[in-house]
Amino acid sequence: MAKALKERHLGSIPGPDDVTRTELPNGIVVLARGNRHSASITLSGYLPAGSLFDPDEQLGLADFTASALMRGTSRRDFNALFDALESIGASLGFSGGTHSVGFSGKALAEDLDSLLELLAEVLRQPVFPKDQTERLRAQLLTSLALRAQDTGQMAALKFDQLVYPGHPYSRPDDGYPETVLSITRGHLAEFHRKHYGPRGLTLAIVGGVEPGEVADKVQAVLGDWANPEQPEPPELPDTPTLGTPLTERTELPGKFQSDIVMGAAGPRRRSPDYLAAAVGNNILGRFGLYGRIGDVVREQAGLAYYAYSSLNGGTGPGPWTVLAGVNPANEQRAVDLIDDEIRRFVSEPVSEEELRDSQTNFIGRLPLSLESNAGVAGALLNLERFELGLDYYRRYPALVEAVTREQIMEAAAKYLDPDRLAVAIAGPPPAE
Amino acid sequence: MENALTKVQLPNGLQVMLKEMHTAPLISQWMWYRVGSRDEATGITGASHWVEHMQFKGTPTYPAGMLDKAISRDGGIWNALTYLDWTTYLTTVPADKINLAMQLEADRMVNSTFEPDEVASERTVIVSERQGNENSPLFRLDEEVQSAAFRVHPYHHEVIGDMADLESMQRDDLYNHYRRYYVPNNAVLTMAGDFETQTMLKRIRKLYEGIPAGEQPPRQTRPEPEQSGERRITVEGPGETIFVKAAYQAPQGGHPDFSALTVLDSLLTGPSNLNLFGGGISNNTSRLYQALVERELAVSVNGGLQATVDPFLYGITITVHPDRSAEELIAALDDEIDKALQAVPQKDDLARAVKQAKALFAYGSESITNQAFWLGFAEMFDNYEWFTSYLDKLAAVTPDDVLQVAQTYLRPQKRVLGIYQATGNGASNG
Repeated sequence: MAKALKERHLGSIPGPDDVTRTELPNGIVVLARGNRHSASITLSGYLPAGSLFDPDEQLGLADFTASALMRGTSRRDFNALFDALESIGASLGFSGGTHSVGFSGKALAEDLDSLLELLAEVLRQPVFPKDQTERLRAQLLTSLALRAQDTGQMAALKFDQLVYPGHPYSRPDDGYPETVLSITRGHLAEFHRKHYGPRGLTLAIVGGVEPGEVADKVQAVLGDWANPEQPEPPELPDTPTLGTPLTERTELPGKFQSDIVMGAAGPRRRSPDYLAAAVGNNILGRFGLYGRIGDVVREQAGLAYYAYSSLNGGTGPGPWTVLAGVNPANEQRAVDLIDDEIRRFVSEPVSEEELRDSQTNFIGRLPLSLESNAGVAGALLNLERFELGLDYYRRYPALVEAVTREQIMEAAAKYLDPDRLAVAIAGPPPAE
Repeated sequence: MENALTKVQLPNGLQVMLKEMHTAPLISQWMWYRVGSRDEATGITGASHWVEHMQFKGTPTYPAGMLDKAISRDGGIWNALTYLDWTTYLTTVPADKINLAMQLEADRMVNSTFEPDEVASERTVIVSERQGNENSPLFRLDEEVQSAAFRVHPYHHEVIGDMADLESMQRDDLYNHYRRYYVPNNAVLTMAGDFETQTMLKRIRKLYEGIPAGEQPPRQTRPEPEQSGERRITVEGPGETIFVKAAYQAPQGGHPDFSALTVLDSLLTGPSNLNLFGGGISNNTSRLYQALVERELAVSVNGGLQATVDPFLYGITITVHPDRSAEELIAALDDEIDKALQAVPQKDDLARAVKQAKALFAYGSESITNQAFWLGFAEMFDNYEWFTSYLDKLAAVTPDDVLQVAQTYLRPQKRVLGIYQATGNGASNG
């Protein structure tokens, strides 16, 4: 019984025997995995056309371009595109990031071909119609107006400015109202012409499909795509080192709760100490109900509904943060409690019990995170993006078990120097 | 046996629903209680939600923090949700780890202690949760619209409760609420996943048969009188973005009109996704998107029906275009609603709504957690057959049915119209 269960368990984890990876002649990488229980498919992917390429004065250009792809192509206008999608209950959407533009879609398995055809069309032949571009601009400006009123988003935005001065990570991918206003249709078309192409395009398709057939389907719609102009992604500058702790408070009148973001730049996903940092982060602010941070700030002090930590290493050194939402009167108390926890975290090894708990949590949750087609697709993209190898999820339990208490403390001390943390707070003015 | 539903009622009244399925090595357990914000009298609004929080604060056998740590150790997820009509506790874990979650769930049906110091520290957590909600313009608008729509029925207040009650409620108010509603004859246990049904049923009997049935808890039934004229409310607050919410008195989930109204909603604002897990689709070809967003009166529009025990609301939420006023938007909305009141929809549009619903169902069925959710959720407002026959019911809706429900439910006299009037980034109005 136990053996049978274990075998089934392993069978649910993607590996080289059930993931198909194909590199098309023009450089597109296609990953596929079948799910015989599923009547639908998920399609996700990315290509290197993120905000790293944005000039400062047109910040938000990459994001605007990605969002505008589906506003009309040389073959179909906005309504015809969405009619094709929505009439079959399918979805397809793009979102701009710092390093790349991501996309994801869903359809019934019988409609995979239609979805792929649409994807290829919007990637290759967008025309950025004037009326649709202006409608989209109004939507983007509204999002920015809402961001300006969101304590969590404003604290995170200020945090990035504190931690990454002069670095691309200090810039919000969605730009600022004035930069979004300055972007023209010409800029969108030019950005697309230059940065969209097959190189670096990675695509995962998962669900009720024969994985062996997927690459041919992609080849049929994207195989003849070429763009010799596509530039190499720019090199990331080094992360600035903060000299002293920095605190900044943004006032948002009329709000009832303050959001706190504190932390520093963390490891890249490919950094050798990433996994130790990730397990450590779980102990610091996730395990159970938000780990140590949740225990102190929420359970013991009753200060916050949410108080947790977050490790965001990706292609580059994304932030390692602690976040909490508190009553404005309790800001300093919460910051002090979090500060105490970070000091303990970087100076004392975690307990053996804490380490064991988080290790079994990481290993045990794998099947659940890979239950849905979208979960598997995201996992496959990570394999490719961070060059982890198709057998990574099979090796993962051993990798997690190898993490030691000392490695965690070293990683913590390396990235979260308590005397150089940035603290960003957004909330109502003190008088309210 | 696979995918078959087993439905059993224990002698103490506990209803058990099991769906055996071996698609992934996981089991999802949901314990549902028929208690929600509609069961709260003035003075204890928010009690159901607060009780839900206290259910994680320990019993003599399993102290506070035990459950979340134990489930997390096994790589599982756990959570709890409180709604208008029900409260539910969910756990999804690797199949060989379900025992502890089952023991904990049975234990806290009866044995939660509600220690006074835990109640006190949770008070500030919940006040913080509410203040976080109040930061959001749409929460503030929804709360006012809902209370304007229900003068008599206890759907009047938000699940989180009114601040006055969160500040004044005492430990015994909460404990009494718990003891009154957390009895096996007021609960439904649903499980889906990788188990053998008869073995599982034996374990459930062993855990629960010793818990005696309680007095059948009361359910507040103060029906809302028929609304006889439009109600308008305005909320002022910071920001630059105006929101409009139109909320129409709608039938309950089990009402025969619910299917036709679901189709109408799909035509007006795109298909609603009733799944808790699985994701929705865009609504850019829906009538209201075309009439409001494509004509640059709005930047987004969303609509949705809620499957409730008693009649609730059909809500349409609109983010107004930055260059437009609420009044301009409302005039355009009314033109489009008028069309729905007058014209029979195309048959093709109905077929499309059914195809969309079919796709959303397929997306949701990937998740075992979602499967177990549906077993109980449908039971809370109707019964599980509601779910299994859902697509057939939608397919049976005719164009005339859609016109008829539009004329019944979408008249302006039957709605609350709420406007979030933004007063600017510097202004304070809170």
